[in-house]
Amino acid sequence: MRFEAVIGLEIHAQLLTESKLFCGCSTKFGNPPNTNICPVCMGHPGVLPILNKKAVEFTIRMGLATSCTINKYSIFARKNYFYPDLPKGYQISQYELPLCSNGYLEIEHQNQRKKIRINRIHLEEDAGKSIHDQGNFTLLDFNRCGVPLIEIVTAPDIQTPEEAGIFLSEIRQIVKYLGICDGNMEEGSLRCDANVSIREAGSNILGTKTEVKNMNSIKNVVDALKYEIERQIEIVSSGGRIIQQTLLWNADKQIIEPMRTKEESHDYRYFPEPDLPIVEVNEEWLNVIRENLPELPSIRKERMKSQYNIPDYDIEILTTEKEFADYFEETAKFTDDYKSISNWFMTEILKILNEQKISIKEFPIKPEYLGELIKLINNQTISGKIAKEVFNEMLVEPGSPSEIIKEKNLIQISDEKIIEEIVQKVIESNQKQVQQYLEGKDKVFAHFVGQVMRETKGKANPSLVNKILKEKLDNLRK
Amino acid sequence: MIVEKVENYLKRIQDKKHLNAFLEVFSEESIQRANQLEKKIHNGESVGKLCGTVVAVKDNIAIKDKKLTCGSKILENFTSLYNATVIEKLLAEDAIIIGKTNLDEFAMGSSNENSAFGIVKNPYDEKRVPGGSSGGSAVAVASEMCDVALGSDTGGSIRQPAAFCGVYGLKPTYGRVSRFGLVAFASSFDCIGLIARDSISLAKTLNVISGYDLKDSTSSNQKVPEYDSIIQNLPKDNITFGVPVEFFNDGLQSDIKNKIFEIIEFLKSNSFQILEISLPHIKYSIADYYLLTTAEASSNLSRYDGVKYGSRIELPQSIKDLYTQTRDEYFGNEVKRRIMLGTFVLSAGYYDAYYLKAQKVRRLIQNDFIDAFNKVDFIISPTTPTTAFKIGEKTDNPLSMYLSDIYTTSANLAGLPAINIPIGFDSNKLPIGMQLMANFFKEDLLLQMSYFIENNFNKNKLGN
Repeated sequence: MRFEAVIGLEIHAQLLTESKLFCGCSTKFGNPPNTNICPVCMGHPGVLPILNKKAVEFTIRMGLATSCTINKYSIFARKNYFYPDLPKGYQISQYELPLCSNGYLEIEHQNQRKKIRINRIHLEEDAGKSIHDQGNFTLLDFNRCGVPLIEIVTAPDIQTPEEAGIFLSEIRQIVKYLGICDGNMEEGSLRCDANVSIREAGSNILGTKTEVKNMNSIKNVVDALKYEIERQIEIVSSGGRIIQQTLLWNADKQIIEPMRTKEESHDYRYFPEPDLPIVEVNEEWLNVIRENLPELPSIRKERMKSQYNIPDYDIEILTTEKEFADYFEETAKFTDDYKSISNWFMTEILKILNEQKISIKEFPIKPEYLGELIKLINNQTISGKIAKEVFNEMLVEPGSPSEIIKEKNLIQISDEKIIEEIVQKVIESNQKQVQQYLEGKDKVFAHFVGQVMRETKGKANPSLVNKILKEKLDNLRK
Repeated sequence: MIVEKVENYLKRIQDKKHLNAFLEVFSEESIQRANQLEKKIHNGESVGKLCGTVVAVKDNIAIKDKKLTCGSKILENFTSLYNATVIEKLLAEDAIIIGKTNLDEFAMGSSNENSAFGIVKNPYDEKRVPGGSSGGSAVAVASEMCDVALGSDTGGSIRQPAAFCGVYGLKPTYGRVSRFGLVAFASSFDCIGLIARDSISLAKTLNVISGYDLKDSTSSNQKVPEYDSIIQNLPKDNITFGVPVEFFNDGLQSDIKNKIFEIIEFLKSNSFQILEISLPHIKYSIADYYLLTTAEASSNLSRYDGVKYGSRIELPQSIKDLYTQTRDEYFGNEVKRRIMLGTFVLSAGYYDAYYLKAQKVRRLIQNDFIDAFNKVDFIISPTTPTTAFKIGEKTDNPLSMYLSDIYTTSANLAGLPAINIPIGFDSNKLPIGMQLMANFFKEDLLLQMSYFIENNFNKNKLGN
């Protein structure tokens, strides 16, 4: 029997608001434990939540970016359960009537475009953090408690781990482009759970699903789903039955482990949050949000393609991160040789980002200077080889390329007379090679170029050197 | 002058300590504050609207750096880190807070017998209950231990004890007064309100504590009238009182019924219109009230889990033990009963049949009132079916206890303002209260009518 997988994702994205969802506490990551807290997020007796409008706006941005219906009225609900890092004993979330519903996102896989439906996007508060394995104790840090999260729930439209990976990276790209989430999966700002089941290929019946959690990278999601699908196929193929359960991906061991069943048989007893009125999103506000929506990856790609006329491959790379595209476009303000910018970016800059494990924001060369450097090559002030030298210099000593060139006396020699003199000198002092050239060994030509470059410390204009050398040597052949 | 008044109140509190009205008394602080205020007046400085008004605060309202027990063992040693909005407002207008009053645990009860810190006695007959849950506040006012007391009213918790203790008690419209700092029992029902010995004190204090609060998203931005300055401006023409037929049935004590008829005659003689009305869904109010309030309470009380603050059982073996043993040990029986009931109401498979249906019934009850207030300005009824009952009389029968709230819960279901006006005594010399309800945000009208009845009908001197 051939099987196919049915996968739905639940993605949580932590919103980049300054303050928490229902109080004024900071959302800053990495502060000492229990310093970003107040009576409201600690659930002290008598406190009430106040909704952060920015968080609602961010949720709507995501809804608009994924073609969702933005519901005019939506309501918050209490999700009741006991856990030590949940101070109120309930999480304020949305249940019936979320902010956004019925959207979709188109992904491209193996040259096929496919729509993945998004059932809903709702807004909720995060819980605190339990730190286990501290001897006999569990420590609690409530800094994260009350930080706004959106939950994006897809329809079971995903069929392969690869599709899931692509979908997730698209979502990650979108939230970053929208400026609503930093997309950092390792730190948990973006989290993904998956519902997985298998069925006979082509069938319409849904099998029993399992929920896979604890996948904190896109690679983990792909690996875990592969593993889980294999596991389910094996069970069903050998006549077994899938048990509905929650599973945890163990990335170190590359296996899936069941979560203790005790913790999952929850009846959350959802009911409308009586402390918060119905949220109304009026047309006027919605229009303001729509008009100010940051440019989305797909739209930016199209625009950049037509604006810069560089290959699709380059555009794909340059738009993988919003900051890449920003860097490219900023540089493009200083030179119109767009292909060169792209070349420098894809070879030199990406290499350095990888080697030094830094983000483009931390990259030391300003777009302005890269633009200037490219200009200096194109107007033949320096050669490409020297440019590389200047580039390396700028990595350690941030300054403008013109200054570095001046300081280090690196300006290209383009005076034909000077080059002629040097060429003449080289020909005279390399008679053996001249002889070989005259005998037809064209290969030694490179030797002469090298010698000229050595004489000029690499500053000679290479095309002029080529031209003059060829003239002189060919004259000798006659 | 102010100092003398505070000293007298403190002496009363001390002399009547056995009534157990207060859980904590701020003796030194209130005298100190009285001195400061007198100095302010002496120096000709401007003073607040409530300068020298002595206020007692129900112990489910947060005062910074003071204990906030809610009458529960689970918060026995809990100190609030902040002031409730009403407290901020009172202090800003130079009121003096004299202490925290006793209450049924988490405001759940109609007799004050559910306090973890002892029962409160009715000053008219110490063998009887003062009503609840704001029993301490009602007794503090009735026994002249303060000028005004803050209470909270979720289903009658201000009006019923005010009726049992012969004082005025006002439950404002839902949203009129900020709930920020009121420990939640049932969030969509809870209201902070006032108890006083006269209508004018209610009006003056309501002026100060009302209004929109950024910290309470359910508070209203309706304009706050100058309740005290317009209290004598009762519009006498075209005022109609509705008398709901459903409120005068068998369970009503005859003394009370007669007194209400007496006042209806008085109103007629003052050329007010009387109209018999019907509130067809009102018979569901007690059931509806207990379904919805327990549901909300079960969630609101989840935070008392022994993890972050409050009492915690020693050496639990597991997190589950910590929860269950802490909550079993430190919650009282009535609170446990309501948490269980509310948890059931919200459970999968029962939600639609109970919670959802009860919400629909709530809307029907609201609609009954909306219809009624298209025709009448006030709805008149008894506040309670009986006068103060004996301590222990109903503790074994929660249902009969719940019926003490039969006339009061509907105002909370609908969100309407309502007032208890003391109108006399029964054959046992126990106070009788009548209730007036008015349309949303018509506290001004309620206070005007209360003031009128106070000065034109009620010749009985209150107090002991």
